[in-house]
Amino acid sequence: MIKKIHDMLVSKEASCTELTEKYLTEIENSNGELNAYVNVTPDAALAQAAKVDAKIASGEEIGMLEGVPMTLKDNISTKGIETTCCSKILTGYKPIYNATVWEKLERDGAVLLGKTNMDEFAMGSSSETSYFGGSANPFNTKHCAGGSSGGVASAVGGDIAAYGLGSDTGGSIRQPASFCGIVGLKPTYGAVSRYGLIAYASSLDQIGPITKTVEDAAIVYDAISDYDPKDSTSQGRIGAMSFDTVNNDIKGMRVGIAREYLDGVRDDVKEAVLGAVKVYESLGADVVYFDMPALKFALPVYYIIACAEASSNLGRYDGIRYGFKAEHYNGTHDMMCRTRSEGFGEEVKRRILLGTYVLSAGYYDAYYKKAQNLRGTIVKAFDDAFRNCDFILAPTVPMTAFEMGHAVSDPVETYLTDICTVPVNIAGLPAVSVPCGFNANGMPIGMQLIGNKFTEAKILNAARAYEKAAPENFKDTKWGVKL
Amino acid sequence: MKYELVSGFETHVELSTNTKIFCSCTTAFGGEPNTHCCPVCIGLPGTLPKLNRQVVRYAIMAGLATNCEIAEVAKMDRKNYCYPDLPKAYQISEYDKPLCEHGYIQLSNGRKIRILRIHIEEDAGKLIHAHGDTYVDYNRGGVPLIEIVTEPDFRSVDEAREYVERLQQIMRYIGVSDCRMEEGSMRCDVNISVRPEGSEELGTRTEIKNMNSINNIVKAMEYEFERQVDVIESGGKVIQETLRYDDASGTTSSMRGKEDANDYRYFRDPDLVTILTSREEVEEIRSILPELPAVKQSRYTDDYGIPEKDAQLLTKYRKVSEYFDEAIKGLDNPKTAANFIIGSIFRRVETEKDKETFDVPVSPAQLNELVKLIEDKKIQNNLAKKTLEKMLDTGKSCTEFIDESDLGGVDDGALEEMCRKAIESNPNAVSDYRGGKEKALMSLLGNVMKQSRGKADAVAVKTKLIELIAE
Repeated sequence: MIKKIHDMLVSKEASCTELTEKYLTEIENSNGELNAYVNVTPDAALAQAAKVDAKIASGEEIGMLEGVPMTLKDNISTKGIETTCCSKILTGYKPIYNATVWEKLERDGAVLLGKTNMDEFAMGSSSETSYFGGSANPFNTKHCAGGSSGGVASAVGGDIAAYGLGSDTGGSIRQPASFCGIVGLKPTYGAVSRYGLIAYASSLDQIGPITKTVEDAAIVYDAISDYDPKDSTSQGRIGAMSFDTVNNDIKGMRVGIAREYLDGVRDDVKEAVLGAVKVYESLGADVVYFDMPALKFALPVYYIIACAEASSNLGRYDGIRYGFKAEHYNGTHDMMCRTRSEGFGEEVKRRILLGTYVLSAGYYDAYYKKAQNLRGTIVKAFDDAFRNCDFILAPTVPMTAFEMGHAVSDPVETYLTDICTVPVNIAGLPAVSVPCGFNANGMPIGMQLIGNKFTEAKILNAARAYEKAAPENFKDTKWGVKL
Repeated sequence: MKYELVSGFETHVELSTNTKIFCSCTTAFGGEPNTHCCPVCIGLPGTLPKLNRQVVRYAIMAGLATNCEIAEVAKMDRKNYCYPDLPKAYQISEYDKPLCEHGYIQLSNGRKIRILRIHIEEDAGKLIHAHGDTYVDYNRGGVPLIEIVTEPDFRSVDEAREYVERLQQIMRYIGVSDCRMEEGSMRCDVNISVRPEGSEELGTRTEIKNMNSINNIVKAMEYEFERQVDVIESGGKVIQETLRYDDASGTTSSMRGKEDANDYRYFRDPDLVTILTSREEVEEIRSILPELPAVKQSRYTDDYGIPEKDAQLLTKYRKVSEYFDEAIKGLDNPKTAANFIIGSIFRRVETEKDKETFDVPVSPAQLNELVKLIEDKKIQNNLAKKTLEKMLDTGKSCTEFIDESDLGGVDDGALEEMCRKAIESNPNAVSDYRGGKEKALMSLLGNVMKQSRGKADAVAVKTKLIELIAE
């Protein structure tokens, strides 16, 4: 997709301005139903497109991402462009600095079409906890696009952005990518700078690409993975550019299947994943089966750690410096209380309360400390697993996209659907979700390839091999720009 | 019944790094409100802290200078609480793995005040109440601090005063802080309890917060000691609470009780990596530490025979002692230089702040040159003193004020001749002296000194005069 646009621009088949206008028109046509974008930035997009056109006209070479229309999840800070995390509490907040990832892409000449919808502060699995309402699934708008990066997935799946950046704390890139039948890469913790990503859970958050193809994911990953002195936990990309090796042969690669990942998964999903195993076998890969009993701790460990960090990260929204402030109050303390009570949604409040509780004196050891210890157990279980295989193949989500309204009606049951995605965040590993089939209703099914730390190139290579072998699982929808 | 005071200190010291602890903003004191700020130190969403390694080095220096062990592995934690001056709603500090532990500072009475720990953390901003409203200034937010926590080892207010002074002196010596209490770059919280003398148990303690001068600390401790004794004597119980000291009334009053204590929900800050300090780095830092004041002071008293009080004056400020050390290079008797510094030079350096910088018009080398002339018996002490004043007035060398003809002593022959001349021309004085008026000798002495233009040695003249009169 990205390469196709690049070639069109270079061959002057279309100008960047024409292309950008096309995307903007399609956004106008479809965003009412998809609700993918919460903030469209046509002026800035067209200004950037004109610059790219001028460059092409002058005969200068352009980079692969230069002039390619894209989007950013609304928790990635963009200087001068409202960045709300889809929360009432950040309405009106315009950052005075750029997130490092946007700094890089902007320098690369990316055309930002606008900011996309998400669950409030990335807390949710359907993007319906958004202050602006949920994003719809391009395959069937009665279903949600997933979450929390639902807006990016809806936009990319609906072809109203060529690609986008999301963030993944417990599956927020992979789950919506899976629901929308597209590709989502959650990089190794530390591969991509978090500077400027508005924190949900700092030890788990990671920015990554949501794209139509595996190749695109490799291109974008290569562009954004870099050491950033502003982020102490950043290490950058370790190893070669993943794009260079994405089309390599995968003969002899060992595909690991951990039985726990298939427990409790719906039959149609399980069937699709096992079908992919067969594809890998046909490509000359070896399949290894094993158990990872430690995975049963993943969900509680995730919710304890994520909520604990969130309760601290979200303490700063007090109405004093930026964003929403309660209108009526009596003194500073009351102002802070009312601002937070009125400014945060239910799900965010629930997680702040949970997190505050698990860190409280007298409960810390029983919850937070225990969760940290078990985190170590899970890390070790993956270390052991990767001695026997090159990557682990697992369903991304145990089901297909929920119907709108379903996820928010029973939040705790919805937590359980994160079972397959959270272990990767706990262990800081990379994983890419790719489409591997459709259910009886035509809703996409996704699988994830989980790699050891900094083996993005390897899992993207394996994902690309599958993409080439099973192209029928990568489908366009009726929406958006047809190139 | 007699009561004993038991007290411990928590002292916050602002480190004098050029930039803040987690960003590159300046740490300069003052400035228009909110001008020494950036997205990081005002905690804008999405920003991340990046630890300034100089802060770690300064804290290690403080630790080594107070005999602490330095942790090879330390980490930073979040202390969560809500207050408008704290823009992230948590302070980044160190909870259970501080950088320095188990040190001490020795007092002049020989007692060691144990240092439990020294940890690094960020300062908060401050609230400004003006025009009937409250404003926040984040300039100070993110300025690096160390918190130095002692065991409850103080048994008297005097010990506490000496501790604070010594701590201040050590931190200034090693150059990690200017420790100006009035500017808030040093702030003390004092824990205090009382118990019957001879008892080993600790009484219920109160904590007095944020005092901004040593005098206030002393007054607050004295007041609080009396107050607690009164409570106990009158059959009451001391309540564990946090107090503020009111300078105007000289009393303490309650800020909050134990039940209102915050639950800070400490946990490791996931945005920062482990702080690793190699043993090589610790030794490297140890090697660049200057000679500490206690060591210097005993060198002055023991090696140079300088009186303890003078040695204290010379070592109170690092710059003064360095000046002194420089000025006595190659001299036989450092005492003369010491007296000149404490006498003539200190008279011109009035404020404590000036002593701290000790920027005087006469360089140590110039003072050295002058004292050397005395040691070589080329000029007399009196003349040297007068010359020093002129040097201090002008910043010029002593040679500018001493003629060639002034130099050199007076030989014995010339001395005798001058004495005879004085005796001959003052018969009245001679007869007065013979008649028992000892004072009369002084006018003869003055005469000789005048003849020699101050070059003669007064003691030798006096001896010679007495000898000649007795003839």
